[in-house]
Amino acid sequence: MEQLIDILLLMLSSVLVQNFIFAKFYGICPFLGVSDKPATAAGMGMAVTFVITLSSAATWAVYYYILEPFRLTFLKTIAFILIIAALVQLIEMFLKKFVPSLYQALGIYLPLITTNCAVLGSALLNIQNGYNFVYSVAVGFAAAIGFTMAILIFAGVRARLQFAQAPKSFQGMPLVLISAGLIAIAFSGFSGINF
Amino acid sequence: MNKYVKQIKDSIVDQNPVLVQFLGMCPTLATTTSVSNAIGMGLAATAVLICSNVFISLLRKFIPKEIRIASYIVIISGFVTAVELLMKAFFTPLYDALGLYIPLIVVNCIILARAEAYASKNPVLPSAVDGLAMGLGFTAALILIASVREILGAGTWLGLRVTPAAFQPALIFILPAGAFLTLGLVSAAVNKGKDLAAAYADAHPKPEGVAVLPDEIVTEAPAAAAIESVAEAETPSEETHAPKTESAPTQQTDTVPTEDAVSAEPITPTAESAEESVKEETTNKESEETTNGTAD
Repeated sequence: MEQLIDILLLMLSSVLVQNFIFAKFYGICPFLGVSDKPATAAGMGMAVTFVITLSSAATWAVYYYILEPFRLTFLKTIAFILIIAALVQLIEMFLKKFVPSLYQALGIYLPLITTNCAVLGSALLNIQNGYNFVYSVAVGFAAAIGFTMAILIFAGVRARLQFAQAPKSFQGMPLVLISAGLIAIAFSGFSGINF
Repeated sequence: MNKYVKQIKDSIVDQNPVLVQFLGMCPTLATTTSVSNAIGMGLAATAVLICSNVFISLLRKFIPKEIRIASYIVIISGFVTAVELLMKAFFTPLYDALGLYIPLIVVNCIILARAEAYASKNPVLPSAVDGLAMGLGFTAALILIASVREILGAGTWLGLRVTPAAFQPALIFILPAGAFLTLGLVSAAVNKGKDLAAAYADAHPKPEGVAVLPDEIVTEAPAAAAIESVAEAETPSEETHAPKTESAPTQQTDTVPTEDAVSAEPITPTAESAEESVKEETTNKESEETTNGTAD
């Protein structure tokens, strides 16, 4: 029971306090790239959640059952990026064959995820923090939910930004970045909370 | 040799990976809390970029097209691991400060973008220069952003106090929110400078602008200089869409180093600028490919 509460608190903290986008800057490229419409943002969020959850499990297993016994832990970056790339390919093939509807929804976002630093970042973070298997998967899932939440909130803000009459130099990326900064200020309010 | 100088100048100013192409945003936002972190991150990425560009260029005839991205990632992550271990051994404080962002150089889109857009198509030496040039452009942008953040947020520059004692540092610039705000403001300033330079070029359509502009830049403050020069060199790329306008030759020679431009101009201005515009067009196409293909 105590462990369950511990996991839940840890998950809540990684959604809000240690948010991937606004506190850690993992996955900024997709965040800025596909957040112009809520629908595409939701697709990207779902794809990232799917991949991070699975890759947290896979990388944990590979690290503790293969790399550590053979004292190859210094190869973890190479090993993890290969696992993630293979996993993304596998998920793509699996979905295409068995769940075509989900494949249609996630399709174009899946290949982009290989080079998304949120996935590699969360795998490395799990190892760095020494989480066990359950913690790794739970925290990875929660962090991905935090990413999805951030990208969805921001897609809503950007929909409004299209109607804003900004000075010429601020149009486009500068205004987007400054709005992200304002949301980050709101999120930094969570950092006062101690779990 | 001049070709390489131009290549380096282009990547720092005209095609700056961060401030113009908006690549590699994660390390840009995360490691610019202080100038020393920015220099460390910039140089680490530069080292990886040069090595991976050379290696990929050497292997460009052997890597099958279908699995090229996976091969590039393996090559890049090999060099990142080497850099990580070296930093851990010799620059431990910097290694601790940058933390997970060092292994995350693997997924820095600038490196993969250069591998795909440049090193896989060009011989070894130009690829090495391209890696150096892009790395320096990345480092310069990081130092610019980190300078703004560190001076406003902590009142120091490279750890030395630069503001008067009465100045109360605004902590927000060191916090994550400040990273977004600073990058937004800096890129707005770049846009503004671009507009000003375009207006300047319109008002002064004669070639003397070539000799004057670079001199001005050197005497200005570093931050303003970087912005101005980004803006100044940005104009030719817009110009290629309408190469027949009268001011076209003037602006295109803007990107050439000064002494080169001055000596070449009285003899064959048209040939020079024609060559320029072809080059410009190829770099533009390249950068478009880059931004489309590797939004990580």
